[in-house]
Amino acid sequence: MKAGSGLTGIGFRLAGIILALLVATLILLALGAPPFRAYGDIISGAFGSINSLANVIRSWVPLLLVTSGLLITFSAGLWNIGIEGQITLGAIFATWVLKTVPDSAFLGVFVSVLSSIGVSGDNVAPTLCIVLAILGGAIGGMVWAMLAGFLKIFGGVNEIFGGLGLNFIATALTIYFIFGPWKRPGVASMSGTVPFDNAYWLPQVAGLNMSWWSLGIAITGIVIIYILLRGTYFGLRLKAVGKSMRSAFNLGIPTSRYMMMAFMLCGIFAGLAGSLQIIAVYHRLIPSVSSGYGYLGLMVAMLVNYQALWVMPISFFFSALTIGSIQLPISLQLDSNLSGVLQGAIVLFVLLMEGVRQKFSKRSKGGAK
Amino acid sequence: MSDATLASIAGILATAAPLVFAVIGETFTERAGIINLSMNGTILLSAMTGFAVATTTQSLFLGFLAGAIIGALTALIIAFSSISLKLSQVAVGYVLTMLCLDLAYFLGSSFMGLRGPTVLNTNIPLLSELPIIGRIFFQHTVLTYASFLLIILAFFWIFKTSGGLILQGIGERPAASYVRGANVNRMRYFYTILGGALVGLAGPMYTLSVKAGWMGSITGLDGIGWIALAITIFGGWHPLRAALGCYLFVFLQWLGLVLQPVLVVIPSQVLQVAPFPLMILTLLLVNIGNAEWVERTLAAMPEPIRRLLARILRAMRTNPPAGLGVPFENE
Repeated sequence: MKAGSGLTGIGFRLAGIILALLVATLILLALGAPPFRAYGDIISGAFGSINSLANVIRSWVPLLLVTSGLLITFSAGLWNIGIEGQITLGAIFATWVLKTVPDSAFLGVFVSVLSSIGVSGDNVAPTLCIVLAILGGAIGGMVWAMLAGFLKIFGGVNEIFGGLGLNFIATALTIYFIFGPWKRPGVASMSGTVPFDNAYWLPQVAGLNMSWWSLGIAITGIVIIYILLRGTYFGLRLKAVGKSMRSAFNLGIPTSRYMMMAFMLCGIFAGLAGSLQIIAVYHRLIPSVSSGYGYLGLMVAMLVNYQALWVMPISFFFSALTIGSIQLPISLQLDSNLSGVLQGAIVLFVLLMEGVRQKFSKRSKGGAK
Repeated sequence: MSDATLASIAGILATAAPLVFAVIGETFTERAGIINLSMNGTILLSAMTGFAVATTTQSLFLGFLAGAIIGALTALIIAFSSISLKLSQVAVGYVLTMLCLDLAYFLGSSFMGLRGPTVLNTNIPLLSELPIIGRIFFQHTVLTYASFLLIILAFFWIFKTSGGLILQGIGERPAASYVRGANVNRMRYFYTILGGALVGLAGPMYTLSVKAGWMGSITGLDGIGWIALAITIFGGWHPLRAALGCYLFVFLQWLGLVLQPVLVVIPSQVLQVAPFPLMILTLLLVNIGNAEWVERTLAAMPEPIRRLLARILRAMRTNPPAGLGVPFENE
């Protein structure tokens, strides 16, 4: 049975969302907080000004990228929980590129070659560094995903545990770099490494903290995934592996290789997200650079029932919730984790309603027989 | 033995007590064929709730009761969604992990940094006077004694009683158990909720005793639930081996702390995550014996080495209950 199809599917989903909001409202009432003011504050916190809308878009970019990547691993039947660490490694690799390439002999030679043919290297060199940083980030995420893949395929370690372990290790690596080799002159601190020069920032929209470039990359990403899963043999075989490993293997699909490719592709997307956080958002490496986008992406993927078409609106909605809640501690003395509670409750109740719908439709079919 | 050594051993036993509760609780649940993946969130939410209730009511008992109820309720959601609705246990478990985590931080923000009651040590008369043994085993809180008792009870229940036999059956061969008259799904509900309540007790055991206090996201409990899940696998769904896993884990953690002054080159934040590579390594050790390429490599080795390696791998290897994660239809 195809889940979530048709009007009843959407109806049950909406019922799930309404139930989740109801529960959240009850929790807020129990805390003595005004629920509707809280929801109003979230909405105005997300869409109240151009600035806040730009913030929503800024956080939409990594969420969109990781959810796109996760559709690949989910198609192959894999729970790539390690995506959080893959984002982090993307950020570390991108930082490493920006820390080494600008002063490297390679770039020096490149610039002198350019000037010998009459082109000024001043603009080209930083652009090249940015491109290399994005590529480096993608490779970093891919390498980290491959580790989880090797553990799963050759070590029999479930990707959930392998991935989680690698997430914690990735965080430790970030902290090691911030307090070790890349520490600020003087005293190292949790505020991260020394910010990069403006020349190595992805061009920003004037006056706003967002970049059209990263938005473009993210949207291209989801389009690629949509086509890959909908219109290619690769996508078809991947789904076969996810549906039944044994029958896929019997059909002659090299299942291990497909699983590994799924991990690698997803890692590339996560790494892209990580590198964009460095060159377009933070401009330095900070301790919690992945900010939970990977974990949130898993929830978005579940909520859209692994269908690429819905990823854009739903991930936008989740980003709006997250950004809208940031002001809650100041305006209502409520913890900003309210957004997480809302997101979790929505996914949980939508899943439960989906289960109810399937049970209901199965029973009515059984009765008709 | 010096008093410091004895105190360290006793400390390891006490620190491992919540972990023992969580791992044995999960062992019961998984023995029945259900995976409760939500442990990492459940432990945090029950830790916060237990602390909040105990601080507000000044009753330790109510704090622990609240923790157990939280654990049982999340387990009920897992049971309902996987047994009655046949949803993916991993999906629901993951969402619950995230939801409980955010609920803990959201609801707990007003209790951050408060001073709460803590469980005090109760020396057992006479026994605590014994040399060496008295110091190690009998000068603890009630919680630590309860953890010893739980290990023994779980062992006897699973392997020495008819109820335990049924439990093994519904996890290994649910269809056969059903034919023999066991109400598989009702038993699965029961053991999932029982296991959840035990996991829920682990939370307040941290915030009211082992790691007293609630500090929001820096309480340092995030991650412990995943470790507990990994130890359940390492323990091979056997209470004694599971308990051994808990003690081994806490021992290694303690070793890390003791060695920290020696390993000054490694920042302390890095040492704090040492449990996780350890977790991957142990899972690798218990699983790698099942991998096909290992068998092939072994077959190509000279006989004495092959036999030795195969024996080591077999001793390390654990196999999950055959019906783990598979819904049961009694039609």
